[in-house]
Amino acid sequence: MTTEARRFPAEHEEDGRPAALTAADRRALLRFMLMMRTTEERALALYQQGKVPGSFYDGRGQEATAVGPAFALGPRDRACILHRDLGAHFVRGVKPGPVLAQMMGRAGGVTEGKDANMHFADRRVGCVQMVSMLPDMALVACGLAIAFQMRREPRVALTWFGDGATANGQWHEAMNIAGIRKLPVVLILENNQWAYSTPNELEFAVDPVERAAGYGFLGEKVDGNDVEAVFQAAAAACERARQGRGPTLIEAETMRMHGHGAHDDMRYVPKEMFAEWEARDPIRLYEQRLAADGVDVESVSQSVEKEVDEATEWALGQPMPEPGRATAGVFADTDPELGDGEAPWSRWTDEHA
Amino acid sequence: MAEMNILEAIRSAMDEEMERDDRVMVLGEDVGKKGGVFGATDGLFAKYGEKRVLDTPLTEGMIAGAAAGAAIYGLRPIAEMQFADFVYPAFNQIVSEISRMRYRSNGTFGLPMVIRMPYGGGVHGALYHSQSNEAYFTSTVGLKVVAPGTPADAKGLLKASVRDPDPVMFFEHKKTYRLFKADVPDGDHLVPIGSAEVARPGKDLSIFCYGYMRTCALEAAETLAREDGVEAEVVDLRTLRPLDRATVLGSVERTGKALVVHEANRFGGFGAEVAATIAQDGFEHLDGPVTRLAGPEVPGVPYHHDLEEWFMIGPAKIVDAARALAAY
Repeated sequence: MTTEARRFPAEHEEDGRPAALTAADRRALLRFMLMMRTTEERALALYQQGKVPGSFYDGRGQEATAVGPAFALGPRDRACILHRDLGAHFVRGVKPGPVLAQMMGRAGGVTEGKDANMHFADRRVGCVQMVSMLPDMALVACGLAIAFQMRREPRVALTWFGDGATANGQWHEAMNIAGIRKLPVVLILENNQWAYSTPNELEFAVDPVERAAGYGFLGEKVDGNDVEAVFQAAAAACERARQGRGPTLIEAETMRMHGHGAHDDMRYVPKEMFAEWEARDPIRLYEQRLAADGVDVESVSQSVEKEVDEATEWALGQPMPEPGRATAGVFADTDPELGDGEAPWSRWTDEHA
Repeated sequence: MAEMNILEAIRSAMDEEMERDDRVMVLGEDVGKKGGVFGATDGLFAKYGEKRVLDTPLTEGMIAGAAAGAAIYGLRPIAEMQFADFVYPAFNQIVSEISRMRYRSNGTFGLPMVIRMPYGGGVHGALYHSQSNEAYFTSTVGLKVVAPGTPADAKGLLKASVRDPDPVMFFEHKKTYRLFKADVPDGDHLVPIGSAEVARPGKDLSIFCYGYMRTCALEAAETLAREDGVEAEVVDLRTLRPLDRATVLGSVERTGKALVVHEANRFGGFGAEVAATIAQDGFEHLDGPVTRLAGPEVPGVPYHHDLEEWFMIGPAKIVDAARALAAY
């Protein structure tokens, strides 16, 4: 089983792909995917030890759809990141320690225990914090893009949402305004097959990638478990957006390999589906590919393991949040700005790459 | 009598009403095969099929709007908002359409429908899975608002809501779903909308509460009796709108002191309406300031144990507030 790559409208002009990836870029892509999986596995273990309150949500199986688009972003671009895309935070420069502290609600976490699990973003690296209601953030990303246009800044707003979100009216409102104003926005539809327990066939009658043409811009479907395929589509979309050529919808087909949250027994998922998608695991596939090119993938995974070990220790050492601080932050006492993020792609670090 | 928890009582109410009346149908996110994220609709899909138990896309506006359409067309929909926190995309449908359909059609259209919503904190759900947003709906004319605190009331009020000719917002405190089991009368058990219950008689002060706060207030009342010799009367409002004014004012007449408790934040909360009712119409019976105990003025229930604990109203806070009032 594979994902058939498709474009709507099919006759759209070409964009000079593929974008250049060096050997170091490829190791970085693998490293960020491994960082996401290892951190989430660690957080799940902490959850099972009772150290993570509430439930636990991860993006197992979706590491490529998280990391690929984020890796295409330049430092001045901005990202509105979904809860299954921890790897995108890592690409932008967030470290696993504060993430693990965040999951445990500790004072050292990104929100100091105020909001839960993946409901965080570090504004200092240009990221925006999601809310549970999806796809509210698609409209926020359009707002960022409107601001870029007003200021004539060649920036891109990139956001993620799931297949379930495409049913919501706000998604259509976002698609519509993006098309009308040719907004520099890149919309990543992570089709992980399930909106909680609801399968694709109960969410839409027409594959949402085809709808992009109806809003006046390009829709492109890629294999969401092939990190370079997602990266290439996102890099081309970001380039088009920066050049003022409007938005792109990218449907990255993947599979949510864990439950909606740790409390979800997934009894509604046919067992054979897991086996099919396990064989397409984005990290294993990419490791095989890089190993065949002579990359020492073992050393990458060892260094990630070590970093997450240290991060876990740091996070467990963070104090519990102070109830006396719980009233802080209701109204403004500072005027925060979205800072620039890290952009590890060699294109941004070495213009000649 | 059968013993059940609140979740089982709610499921049993829907099952019985669907069995009794084939116009009753259920719709919402994950309510079908999954049986609802809390399990409230578990088994209904298998028993009544996909025509009467509809798994919807993630579109709360559509859920409310389609339920309204089905109700206009003669069905008796029970819509589930997965969390009360998720209701806002449906707010326009509920306020603009559902609450005022009867009035603006000069009484010719009715919307016999129920919107069920798990609300409340105490389960580490943080800002988007813990809200107590009942005041938005109690301040909207045209809606009935119900918030049971026991299995028997959950069942009897939900069945009454399904049969009610007007739209009912049905608030289920998610912390109470499996908190305890209690007897539920057998047979066609109905609890009328608009009637409060004196859950514990007392003579020294009245505690007005609903939902999970009933459990907390009863525990607080036991502590007050044991440690202070103060006999608190606990009045479970059960229905917020229409408010059972006679029971509220009757209790104040007996005790002379009123403590209104809810988990939602205080400013503009539902307690303000109860307090104002007592202040205006029970004034001559009052022997102390009408007091409110409510959630703090922050935009939501924070995540970490210690912060959530700081936010939540529980027996200890009620005891403290009641002691201060009793000593007045």
